[in-house]
Amino acid sequence: MQKIGFSALFACMAANILFLGGIIFFIAARGLSSISWEFLTQAPRDSMTAGGVAPAIVGTFYLTLGAVIFALPLGVACAIYLTEYSPKGWIVNLLRISINNLAGVPSVVFGLFGLTVFVKYAGFGVSILSGSLTLGILALPVIISASQEALTAVPQSVREASLALGASQWETIRRVALPAALPGILTGVILSVGRVAGETAPILFTAAAFYLKGYPRSVFSEVMALPYHIYALMTEGTHPEIQTRIAYASSLLLLALVLSVSMLAIFIRARQRKTYNA
Amino acid sequence: MTKKKERIIKYLFTALAFASLVFLVGIVLVLFKEALPIFSKVSLKAFLLGESWYPTAEPAEFGILPLILASLWVTAGALVICVPLGIGSALYLHELAGPRQRAVLKPVIEILASVPSIVYGFFGMVILAPFLQNTFDLPIGLCVLTTSIILGVMATPTVASIAEDALSYVPRSFREASFAVGADRWQTLTKVIIPAAGSGISTAIILGMSRAIGETMTVLMVAGGSAVIPHSVFDPVRPMTAAIAAEMGEAPVGSDHYHALFAIALILFLITFAFNIAAELISRRFRLKLGLSR
Repeated sequence: MQKIGFSALFACMAANILFLGGIIFFIAARGLSSISWEFLTQAPRDSMTAGGVAPAIVGTFYLTLGAVIFALPLGVACAIYLTEYSPKGWIVNLLRISINNLAGVPSVVFGLFGLTVFVKYAGFGVSILSGSLTLGILALPVIISASQEALTAVPQSVREASLALGASQWETIRRVALPAALPGILTGVILSVGRVAGETAPILFTAAAFYLKGYPRSVFSEVMALPYHIYALMTEGTHPEIQTRIAYASSLLLLALVLSVSMLAIFIRARQRKTYNA
Repeated sequence: MTKKKERIIKYLFTALAFASLVFLVGIVLVLFKEALPIFSKVSLKAFLLGESWYPTAEPAEFGILPLILASLWVTAGALVICVPLGIGSALYLHELAGPRQRAVLKPVIEILASVPSIVYGFFGMVILAPFLQNTFDLPIGLCVLTTSIILGVMATPTVASIAEDALSYVPRSFREASFAVGADRWQTLTKVIIPAAGSGISTAIILGMSRAIGETMTVLMVAGGSAVIPHSVFDPVRPMTAAIAAEMGEAPVGSDHYHALFAIALILFLITFAFNIAAELISRRFRLKLGLSR
């Protein structure tokens, strides 16, 4: 009985590996041939049947950067508040529930929120700004969790030593706790980059466009983005044969980007654990 | 560093910390504000239980039962995959994997979790759907079955990591006591550890459901887009998230269609909110039951 049971468990675990391998394999196999230097650096031509996806790469970069600029200060501030200023129990619980719920909101709902608040009420229109702000809210829980974990890992004795030397609470945070937590916070940023770069629904109505003539001129311009590009190619494209191949290559590119970011974060985290356990 | 400056800094951090709460409340308010107008045209009951979703017809019909059922069907199908695989993987990691295996396998699960939903959707659309179409001789491969499979794969890492966390909280003393009375590893696992971690595993399943029902891009590309009540797993459907994403672009701002879409989003939000609160309450009871303070 035990043998059957344990084999079943092994099969479950193996399935994960199979899924991951399968996705990577199929997309790589059919997408690799379309990836070229031209693909990565040129803009699309001939109504999306030739050229490259460079504007989409650039757009994804801007959106991700904007999201991090917005989410990082807010996220770290929240983490600092929760770990350093030790508020009362009910506040901690309330915030934790808010953060967890925010993390669980469907991405299309974020898109609608961004559409209403940033695109319309604030008047930013469909733009990098609206998209970044919307994605920033999405990234916020990720950064808060990672920063909290990082700050909690800093030993209390270090803070006490700082206070014993006469530093104030803020000085202790600024010069002792935060610097020590920096690698963990960085991991959070990297994780959020991976998450944000791959999101499509939040930018559907707030930032993304399919075929733009040039590169974005300001934060108020519409922008192309890799995930949206894949979606648009498959659903709005007029030349399915060629465009499916382009979509494969774009998917491969996006997958490679996100996976390398995730692996980087995992690697940093593993090294962190090693230094703390040494 | 004066006392006054310290206090200002503390207030600043307090204010910033509540950002996540502010956004959550903001989302609720925006959804309510933009959704409410539709209910002056259609009663809540007719909206939720109406079987016809023809928002662009003359006269328009706003019954979202087909959309709700579509979401429920694909989520249920996803559970068939993600619950056994997710919990099985968690059990394997907890019980059978040595430290070297864990160092490789846990990242595999995390990486699987980080694959963008658009890539899953694309994969489903160009590889899985044609495959199923050929295998089962279907008119079209974009249907409930395809969607459930992809969603199941997507939700498996979520279920696996939360379940694995739950299992790790079960005290060693439980295991040791079980061995002490003569049980073998399998019996200990099934009769002691899993029941002890029961609430935590329930939390994992609930959050997996939440993930599946809230997924947008995958269902948009794979579910088929037909807004009718499904009668078989081979029917193309249009879950709630897909309806919002697909139709928002063409709904004129301030029109009934626009407000109806926001109403769907509101219901979607309430469902995932309810799931998250349920998971929160269960996990709190779980931690208390095991004697952990937090």
